[in-house]
Amino acid sequence: MSDRENVLQINHLSKSFGSHEVLRDIDFTVRRGDVTSIIGASGSGKSTLLRCVNLLETPTKGEILFHGEDVAARGVNPSAYRSKVGMVFQSFNLFSNMTVLKNCMVGQTKVLKRGEAEAREKALHFLDKVGMAPYINAKPRQLSGGQKQRVAIARALAMDPEVLLFDEPTSALDPEMVGEVLSVMRDLAEEGLTMLVVTHEMAFARDVSSHVVFMRDGVIWEEGGPDALFVSPERPETKEFLSRFMGR
Amino acid sequence: MDKLIKLVEDIAKLWANYGGLDGQYLMGIRRTLILAVAATLIGCLIGLLCGILNTIPYSKQDPPVKRFFLKLIRVVIRIYVEVFRGTPMILQAVFIFYGIPYFTDTQVFQGNSGMWLAALLVVSINTGAYMAESVRGGIISIDPGQTEGAKAIGMTHVQTMTNVILPQALRNIIPQIGNNFIINVKDTSVMFVIGFVEFFGAHRNIVGVNLLYFPSAAIEMIGYLTMTLIASFLLRLLEKKMDGDDNYELAQADQLVMAAGTYSHPRNPEKALEHSLIKDEDRERVRQEQKQGRTRGER
Repeated sequence: MSDRENVLQINHLSKSFGSHEVLRDIDFTVRRGDVTSIIGASGSGKSTLLRCVNLLETPTKGEILFHGEDVAARGVNPSAYRSKVGMVFQSFNLFSNMTVLKNCMVGQTKVLKRGEAEAREKALHFLDKVGMAPYINAKPRQLSGGQKQRVAIARALAMDPEVLLFDEPTSALDPEMVGEVLSVMRDLAEEGLTMLVVTHEMAFARDVSSHVVFMRDGVIWEEGGPDALFVSPERPETKEFLSRFMGR
Repeated sequence: MDKLIKLVEDIAKLWANYGGLDGQYLMGIRRTLILAVAATLIGCLIGLLCGILNTIPYSKQDPPVKRFFLKLIRVVIRIYVEVFRGTPMILQAVFIFYGIPYFTDTQVFQGNSGMWLAALLVVSINTGAYMAESVRGGIISIDPGQTEGAKAIGMTHVQTMTNVILPQALRNIIPQIGNNFIINVKDTSVMFVIGFVEFFGAHRNIVGVNLLYFPSAAIEMIGYLTMTLIASFLLRLLEKKMDGDDNYELAQADQLVMAAGTYSHPRNPEKALEHSLIKDEDRERVRQEQKQGRTRGER
C-alpha cells in the first residue's frame, strides 16, 4: 500500500469563518488509487474540508501538498491546480447556457487548450461511460437530477483529473436516482480512479472505499479501513454515529 | 369635419415638402437611429466592462496592492454610475460640449463630426451608467454554483465570465437593453441643445419655418412609435432565439438501442455520434427491419 505515490497531503489544515472555527488541524493523505470516504454528521466540516482541498475556500492555516507542492501558499495560481483536481457538486453546477456535450468540452478547449475534435471525442467517451451519450444535445434544464449529476461526473472526468472530489453527490437526488449515480461512481472506483468522497451513503463508504475518515466538530475523529471503522470503531462517538446511520 | 380635413391636408403638405427619402424627417429618423443604436451598443460595452470589473473577487489572502486596486476600481465605477445616473442628460450634453473646450486646446467638438462625437459620447456614457447596474444585477442573478463549477475545472475569472456567466447574464438583461435602446431613441431628442439635428430636431426646424406645430408633432409621434415598436419586436425575436429550442433530439434515432440509465448503451463513443448523424434512408431501413421483426441479437 505505502509504496504508492502521495497525490494529496493535507498538513495542519484549519479554516475559520470569522471567529467560528470549522476545521481544526486536519491531517490526511490521499495516495494514487485511494478511494477515501469522508463521513460525519451535518455541520462536522466535511464539505468545507473538501472545498478547502479544491481551494474554493481559502484555508486559514495549513498546507495542501499536491505532489509535494503547497498549493495553498500565497501567490500560487489556483486555476492550474484545479484543472488537475476534478470536483462533483451536490447541486451539479452544470452550465445552463450549454448543451450536455458543450458542458463536457468547454473546460478541455478553454483550460487544457485541446482541439475541438479531440475534446469532442473525449467528451463523448465519458458521456458514454456514464450512460448520457444519447443526451448530448440536451440542455441541463431538460434533464433529471440523476442525469445532471452523471453529466457533471463526465465533465469532471473529461479533464483527466488526478483526483476527483465528490461533495455529497447524491444528497440532492430522489432515492431512485441515487442508484444510477452510485453505480457510476462504483465503476470509477473499480477502474482505479483516485477519489475523495464526502457522502451520507454509508453502504457506499463501506463497500467501495479503501479508506474512511469520520469527522466530528471540525476534526478527524477516527479514520481507518472500512472494515475496521464500520465493524469495530474505536471511539464511542463513531459507534453512535454509525449505529444511527446504519439503522436507517 | 372640415378641421379634420384641414389637419390631414396639413400633414400631407408637410410630408410632401419634407417627407422624401432625403427630406428632413427621414434624415432625422436616420440620425436618431444611428445615434441610438451606436450609443446603446457602446453603452452596453461600458456596462459590461464595469460589471466585470465590479465583480472581480478578492479575499483577505490577496496581496494588499491587488485589494487596493480592486477597491479603487469599485469606488470609481460607483462614482461614475451615481453622477451620470443622477444628473439630466440634457445638462450633461451642455456640460461636456461646452465644458471640454475649456480644458483642451484642440477643438474636439468642431463641425458636424464634432457634434456627432459629442452626442455619441454623452448618450453612450449615460447608457453605460445605467447598464453597469443592470449588468451587475445580471451577473449576481446567476447561481454562484455555476461560477464554482467553472472554477473547479480550472477556469480563470475572465474565462468563467466570458464562457459561462456573461452569456446567461446577457440573456437576462436583454429586456433592460431593450429599455435603454427605446429610451435612447426618444431621449436623443435632447441633443438639440448642442445643435445635433435628429428626428425631433427636424421637427423644430420644420415648424420654425411654417408653424404647423400639431401636424408635424403628429408625424413625429407616429415616427417615434414606429421606431420603438419595431425595436420591441426585434428584441422579442432575439430573446426567443437566445432561449433556443424547448425540445432536444436524442442522439440515438434508433429505437432498438436502450435509453440511458439502463447501462446498456453502445460502448463505442463514435457509434453514438453516428447515431446523431444518422441519415434518413438509414432510419427507413431500421424501420423496415423493425417491421420484418429482426431481433436485437441479429443486429
